[in-house]
Amino acid sequence: MIRIALLVAGKDLRIERRSRVLLWQVLPFGVTALVLCGLALGPLHAGNSSAAPGLFYLVMLLVALLMINRAQVIEGSPGTRASVATLGLDPAGVFLGKALALAVELWLTGVVVLAGSVLFLHTALSGTLSALPSVVVTLAALAAAGTLYGALSGGGQGPATLLPMLSLPAFAPLLIAGERSFSDALHGGSLWRWWVISLVALAAYLAIGILLYGVLEES
Amino acid sequence: MVVLRDAVVLVGGFPLLSGVNLDLDPGTLTVVTGANGAGKTSLLRLLGGLVTLTSGAGTVSGVDLKSGDLRELRRRVGWLGHEGSFYDDLSVRENLTFAAKALGRPTEEIPRVLERVGLTSRTTTTAKLLSAGQRRRLGLAWLLLRRPETWLLDEPYASLDDEGRTFFDELIAEVVRSGATVVVSAHDPLRSSSLRPRTLTLAGGLVVGDVS
Repeated sequence: MIRIALLVAGKDLRIERRSRVLLWQVLPFGVTALVLCGLALGPLHAGNSSAAPGLFYLVMLLVALLMINRAQVIEGSPGTRASVATLGLDPAGVFLGKALALAVELWLTGVVVLAGSVLFLHTALSGTLSALPSVVVTLAALAAAGTLYGALSGGGQGPATLLPMLSLPAFAPLLIAGERSFSDALHGGSLWRWWVISLVALAAYLAIGILLYGVLEES
Repeated sequence: MVVLRDAVVLVGGFPLLSGVNLDLDPGTLTVVTGANGAGKTSLLRLLGGLVTLTSGAGTVSGVDLKSGDLRELRRRVGWLGHEGSFYDDLSVRENLTFAAKALGRPTEEIPRVLERVGLTSRTTTTAKLLSAGQRRRLGLAWLLLRRPETWLLDEPYASLDDEGRTFFDELIAEVVRSGATVVVSAHDPLRSSSLRPRTLTLAGGLVVGDVS
């Protein structure tokens, strides 16, 4: 399972590196969305770092939806689907590999958006750095849940609106927990309380994905 | 070895196959012809475990289509689609390396396979930049790495020139001689006379012609 996971993750990341969608489309989109969301609060609030955690996770949600769709479209052509199916890959390994690749992409984007948050929203650098572990865990949980819901919504072949419709209720607790732990990191609250929720969600989504991804692929 | 008895496949209540009977022995080539929508691709997908049997019975490479492990069946068949059967953003070598590693095969076999399909000079070319004929050869290389018991080739001759068709015919003949069961879907009967395939004609999900 681990061998297949690493193989699939390596393949997905190589395809992303080759296509440069992350570099030239997703990262600029993330930073632009952060600035625009800040401005949408009004010029006075744009520089108010108390809004930064919420804006960060709002932008990461939009980025995650884009990247989840991308990850599924990679496998989207009927011919590729059929011939990869005949390789008989362990679905648990495929799930873990796709979730790992998505997590790496979200972590990279998260670092850039956090830098944008420090620059444009004047978020405290020390607080932002303290929030990094919780951001890593929350984005990993988003990746695991996103991979699961990406397969559930038709693996890149279903209607484009299906993925957000299905996944947003599942993402909501993760976003709340992420925002709260980021806020606590900025304002000196207890980091662990909300971080544990993200950690438990990550473990739960990984377990569900390992058990059910094969069934979702078949359906 | 392929056996189908009154095989029916319904998708969303629509019949794709309406009662197909079939016996295919190892070391044989069968060409499935018919108009668009006749059920050619559906038949191949059924044999590959890519759609499920609604009613009837069948076995492919020893795996029961009703009660068997379809994942195991898929490991025993090879699929080549006319629309491309690999990752467009990976190079020729990267695609084959992925397949070899997924199968637990040594990657040392890749140069030999590339030479056999005539893609040695395209090793580092991204798959989406290959011509239609070269893409088909890459699909064949993927299958040659696997050497499956049953080969399912969905319209492999589409948009191939004469040289490409001849190359395909030669390679298919070699695979048939090695003992594999090969099923090819095509709009028209094969032009090459050297292969002497059995030709099944489908219409409306039924076999309406069978010429050996």
